[in-house]
Amino acid sequence: MEFKEKFIEKILLLIAFSSISILALIAFFIFGEGLPLIWKIGPKAFLFGERWVPSQGSFGILPMIVGSFWVTFGALLLGIPLGLACAIFLCEWTPPWAGMILRSAIQVLAGIPSVIYGFWGLVVLVPLVRNYLGGPGLSILSGSLILSIMILPTIISISEDSLKALPPSYKAGALALGATHWETIWRVLVPAARSGIVASIILGMGRALGETMAMIMILGNAVKMPSSFLDSARTLTTNIGIEMGYATGDHRQALFATGVILFLIIMFLNALAIVLSRRRVG
Amino acid sequence: MSAIPSSPLKAEVKKLNFYYNLVQALNDVNLPIAEKRITALIGPSGCGKTTYLRCFNRMHDLYPGNRYEGEIILYPDQLNIISPKVDPIEVRMRISMVFQKPNPFPKTVFENVAYGLRVRGEARRNLLEEKVEKALKQAALWEEVKDRIHDLAFNLSGGQQQRLCIARALATNPEILLFDEPTSALDPTATSKIEELIMQLKKEVTIIIVTHNMQQAARVSDYTAFMYLGEIIEFDKTDKVFTHPSIRLTEEYITGRFG
Repeated sequence: MEFKEKFIEKILLLIAFSSISILALIAFFIFGEGLPLIWKIGPKAFLFGERWVPSQGSFGILPMIVGSFWVTFGALLLGIPLGLACAIFLCEWTPPWAGMILRSAIQVLAGIPSVIYGFWGLVVLVPLVRNYLGGPGLSILSGSLILSIMILPTIISISEDSLKALPPSYKAGALALGATHWETIWRVLVPAARSGIVASIILGMGRALGETMAMIMILGNAVKMPSSFLDSARTLTTNIGIEMGYATGDHRQALFATGVILFLIIMFLNALAIVLSRRRVG
Repeated sequence: MSAIPSSPLKAEVKKLNFYYNLVQALNDVNLPIAEKRITALIGPSGCGKTTYLRCFNRMHDLYPGNRYEGEIILYPDQLNIISPKVDPIEVRMRISMVFQKPNPFPKTVFENVAYGLRVRGEARRNLLEEKVEKALKQAALWEEVKDRIHDLAFNLSGGQQQRLCIARALATNPEILLFDEPTSALDPTATSKIEELIMQLKKEVTIIIVTHNMQQAARVSDYTAFMYLGEIIEFDKTDKVFTHPSIRLTEEYITGRFG
């Protein structure tokens, strides 16, 4: 009996560590493939170079970094107010039957493959942007709109959970002092759930930064510094997604190096999410 | 209903019925609330005393299907608190509540007390500081927290947290303060501090307290109402209720034969 318990414990330990070790393997492999190129052309030239012409050996990814941040920023600008409003509404005003419908609709939203989002964006959003706002239509604006929808399930469900986890005594206490329902939500409930809400936003941000397929279809993929929300752009992920199929030699390594930068950004965001969600409320 | 209080009335309950959907929880209850006195509601669990208390600041409005009938008149302006035409927010601005378990917000001590003032639109820093200090002094908490007023309220002990909740309610100068078993989650030392505080506070505010602790009612209150099955069985001066109850059921309850 003793032996059996120990045996099971060790097996589970092994399984747990093997899944974590996959993360280490991925990191090791990407860094191994990508870092030599970064050293070869210099971190500064790689990060801040504005020309990406693999056939001539120029590998500057600044336009992609800027593209990624623009698209993500745009998605958050729309996604945060929408998602937070939706979470608050679900928590505080929705009758149970409507909540069931809304929650399952949000589940469906999370389950739609990204290529379908891309397809819909291409057919519906891109022409709209082109006809009413000008530019090629394949643009940061279209990409941000689609991404803001794609990150909604993350923001809504995690924010709603953290609002729901608050003790009911907060609400009763605030109302008993003469606060309106909205004052209670805005001055007590939302600040009290702040850590969860911030975590939801950062996880949504990670999802937006990482999205590839839909962005390849919608952004236009131009390798140049975007100067407005109506310009085409390329992100770090789409750069890898588009070119990996045919890249060789330094070009291939440069794509891995792009992955290194993406990896570091995502790691940083996750760490930030952990720190912020643990921070004391005040 | 004997013994109309000799002091002026702050509120008067007239033929109040209350329903949780179809279930009637209060049955034709009447009660005078004397100004700047302490009125205690006692009775066995489930007798409706907390339900009764929550009518005074319309806390039942949070859930659909709850229904009031009758009147609770608030003096001097004779406002019927439970009239559907009266905004519950306005009622809660005038009648505040302290709950069974201390429920400070996850904010600093200062922000907890300032909350009610901020809700009322007060943003001037010096005025907020002044009123927060005054409320904390009224709640006999100032000396203990003045050096950590910007610390998180959760760092206080249970009894301090409850006095913080009292300060929070006092900061906005309510006309009536409702206490719903305010010491049931506290140890004896913290309890006696809260009781002392409640007796102090009646100089400034009218108090209604629900308690399952009969000694507490006997110690702190001026008037006592004994409730049973949603009705008020006996109401009188506290010493009268505890020494010469006029109804047999009251006597059986206070001597511990049921409840």
